[in-house]
Amino acid sequence: MDIDLPLIWAALIAFAVLAYVVLDGFDLGVGILFPLFPEKHDRDVMMNSVAPVWDGNETWLVLGGGGLMAVFPLAYATVLPALYAPIIAMLLGLIFRGVAFEYRWRTRRGEFLWNWAFAGGSMLAAFSQGLALGALVQGIPIANRTYVGGWWDWLTPFSIVTGLAIVVGYALLGATWLVMKTRGPLAEHARSIALRCSFATIAAMGIVSLWTPFLEPVYLERWFGWPTAIFSVIVPLLVLGCLYLLLKGIRDRHDTQPFIASLGLFLLGYIGIGISFYPYIIPPSLTIWDAAAPDDSLAFLLVGALVLVPIILAYTGYAYWVFRGKVDPEEGYH
Amino acid sequence: MFEAFDAILLARIQFAFTVSFHIIFPAFSIGLASYLAVLEALWLWKKDVVYLELFNFWKTIFAVAFGMGVVSGIVMSYQFGTNWSVFSDKAGPVIGPLMGYEVLTAFFLEAGFLGVMLFGLNRVGPKLHFLATAMVAFGTLISATWILAVNSWMQTPAGFSMNEAGQFVPDDWWAVIFNPSFPYRLVHMVLAAYLTTAFVVGGCGAFHLLRKTAPRRAYTMFSMAMWMAAIVAPIQIFAGDQHGLNTLEHQPAKVMAMEGHYESHPDGAPLILFGIPNAAEKRVDYAIEIPKLSSLILKHDLNAPLAGLDTIPEELHPPVGIVFWSFRVMLVIGFSMLGIGVWSLWCRYRGTLGTNAWLHRTVVLMGPAGFLAVLAGWVTTEVGRQPYTVYGHLLTAESISPIGAPAVGASLIAFIIVYFFVFGAGTFYILRLMARLPRDAMPELDEGPIRTAGVMPGPAQPHGAHHGH
Repeated sequence: MDIDLPLIWAALIAFAVLAYVVLDGFDLGVGILFPLFPEKHDRDVMMNSVAPVWDGNETWLVLGGGGLMAVFPLAYATVLPALYAPIIAMLLGLIFRGVAFEYRWRTRRGEFLWNWAFAGGSMLAAFSQGLALGALVQGIPIANRTYVGGWWDWLTPFSIVTGLAIVVGYALLGATWLVMKTRGPLAEHARSIALRCSFATIAAMGIVSLWTPFLEPVYLERWFGWPTAIFSVIVPLLVLGCLYLLLKGIRDRHDTQPFIASLGLFLLGYIGIGISFYPYIIPPSLTIWDAAAPDDSLAFLLVGALVLVPIILAYTGYAYWVFRGKVDPEEGYH
Repeated sequence: MFEAFDAILLARIQFAFTVSFHIIFPAFSIGLASYLAVLEALWLWKKDVVYLELFNFWKTIFAVAFGMGVVSGIVMSYQFGTNWSVFSDKAGPVIGPLMGYEVLTAFFLEAGFLGVMLFGLNRVGPKLHFLATAMVAFGTLISATWILAVNSWMQTPAGFSMNEAGQFVPDDWWAVIFNPSFPYRLVHMVLAAYLTTAFVVGGCGAFHLLRKTAPRRAYTMFSMAMWMAAIVAPIQIFAGDQHGLNTLEHQPAKVMAMEGHYESHPDGAPLILFGIPNAAEKRVDYAIEIPKLSSLILKHDLNAPLAGLDTIPEELHPPVGIVFWSFRVMLVIGFSMLGIGVWSLWCRYRGTLGTNAWLHRTVVLMGPAGFLAVLAGWVTTEVGRQPYTVYGHLLTAESISPIGAPAVGASLIAFIIVYFFVFGAGTFYILRLMARLPRDAMPELDEGPIRTAGVMPGPAQPHGAHHGH
C-alpha cells in the first residue's frame, strides 16, 4: 500500500489528544480554580459554564485510549502498564469530578463534599496527566513487546515538574474560559487569576523546555542539530507572540482573546513535544511504524474516522453554539 | 500484603468489579434514553402536559445515571491496557477498531446532544430538543451494538487469522462483526435494558400509586411500564432460549456448566432445576431433576444425547458453581417478570391496574430485579467463557499485564472504596429523586380530560404544592 497509514493515524491520534487536552483542559481548569472562589453563587455559575460540554470534552480521552488500542495496540499495551499508578489516579480523579457535576445539585447538606470532589478530582486528574506526560517524555523501556522498566520509573523530579506544569496550564485555560463566559466580579477575579497563571505557565513551559533536551540524546540532536534546530528559534518566538497577546488581552479587558491566546500556548507546547518525539510514539523504544496495527485495521477505522470526525466536529460545534455567550446566572435546569 | 494473592486473580477481580458496576448504568440508560424519547414524542404529539412532567422527572434521574456510566466507562476503556496488556496487544487489531467506531458513532453523539437535552429546551425549542433526545437514545443503542460485537467476538471469534507477532489480524470485517453469537447477544442485552428500565419505572410508579400523592403521573408511568413488561418479557425469554441454543452450538462447555451436566447423557439428559454443584466430586448434590427435559429444550428431542463436561479436559472447564447459580438467578427473575406482565394484563382487563395494591407492592419489590438479572446473565456468559478471554484461542492467564500483585491489589482496593462511596451516593440521590415525584397539577391546569382508563381520581390537591427543581 502506498499510503502511509500509520503516519496518518499518528496525526489523527495526536489531534484527538490535543483536542482532549485543550477541551478538558479548560473544564478541569475550572475545577482546579474552585477553591479560589468561595462563594456558592460563583461556583454555581462556574459549574454551569462547563456542565453542557464537559462530557463531550472527555469523550476525546476515550477516543485517544480506544483509538490507541485500535491502531497502535503495542503502544497501548506497553505505555499503560508502565504508567499504571498515574493512570489509575487519573481515572479516580475523573470519577470524582465527573459525578460532582450532577451530585452537587442533589444535596445541600453534602454539597461541600462534592465541591471537594470537583476541585480535588480535577487537580488529581490534571496532575496525573502531567506525571504521565513527563514519564513518557523521559522514555519507556520495552523489550519483547512488554514494558521492562521499574514500577516507580514514572516518579521523578522531571515528571513532578510536568505534573505541576499541567495543573498550572489547565488553571490558565480555566481562568481565561471564565473571563470569556462570565460577568461582573467573578470575571474580574478570574482575570486577575489568569494574569498570575500566565506567568506561572510560561515559567513552567520554560523549565520543561530547557530540561527536555538533556533527558534523551535524540531530543538534544533534534533541538540543537541542523536543520531541525530551526524549530528552536521559531517555536519560542511564537510562544512569546502568544504570551504578548494573552497579557494584552487581559490588560485590555478583552473577553475572548486571553482564552484564544492560551489555546495557542497549549498548541505550541504540544507541537514542541511532537517535534521532540517524531518518529517515536514511545521514545526511545517504539516508532510509529513499530507500534502500528496491520494495515487492514488501520484502513477499516480510517474510513470511518474521515467521514465521522468532521460530522462530530460539526455537531460539537453546534452544541457549543447553542450555549454561546455569557452564562446567565439564573438559567440552567438545576 | 498482597504477595499471598495471585496477580491474575486480583486483576480478574478488579475487572469483574469495575465492569459489574459499569454495566448497571448502561443497562439503565439504554432503556431510559428510549423511554425519554417516547415521553417527549408523546408530549409533542398529544400535547398532554403529563408526558412533559414525566420527561422532566426522569431526565434529572437520567443525568445522574448517565454521569456515573460515563466515568465508570472511561475506567473500562483504559483498563484493557493497564491490566490486560497482552490481550490488548494481541486482540487490539480486531476489537480496537470496533471500539473506535463505538466512540466515533455513539459516544460523541450521546455527549454532544446530552448537553442540549439536559439544558437546552429553552434555547432550541421543542422540535430540535426532541431531535437531541432522540440522538441520545439512538447513541445508546449504537454503543450497545458495537460493544456487544466486541464481546461476542471474544465469545465466538471469527473472520481473523494470526500474524507472526501472535496478534489476531482481521481477514473479514463482516465476519468479525457479525460473528455467530452477535445477533443473539445484542437482542438479548437490549431487551434486558428495556426490561430493567421498565421495572425501575414501574417500581417508581407503583410506589407513588401506593402513596397516592400524584396518581395521574404515577399511573401513567406504571401503565407504560407494565405494557413493556407484558410485551417484552415473553420476547426476552424466547430470545434467551435462542441465545442458549446458539451457545450450545459454539460454546458447549458453557451450557454444560449452566445445566450442571458433569456427565454425558447418551439417551436424554435431565433438566436440573436446583442442586449444589460439587466441584470436587464432579456431580450435582441434592439435584432436583426432570428426566430428559434438558434434551428436549436444547435438542428438541427427549432422547437426544447430550455431552457433559467429562468430554472436555479439566483444565478447560469453566467454574461450574458460579455459572450454574448465576444462570438460575437470571431465569427466576426473567420468569417473575413474565408473571408480573401477565398479572398486569389481567388487572388491566379487570380495570384494577391503578388500584391493586398487591400488584403495586410486588412491582416495587421487583424494581431493582432487572439489574440483578443483567448482572447474573453477564456473570453466566463471562465466567462461562473461562478459561479463555478469546474463546478457544487466548487463555485468560496469558492475557494479563506484567503488573505485580501489590500494584493490582492497591488499585483494586482504591476502586472498591471509591466505587462504593461514589456510586453509593449516586444511588442514594437517584432513589431520593424517584421518591420526590411532584404532586399532580391542579385539574383546571390540565390540557384535557384524563385519558388513561381505570385511574381513580386522586384526592384534592392543596394549592402551592412544592415543585422541586
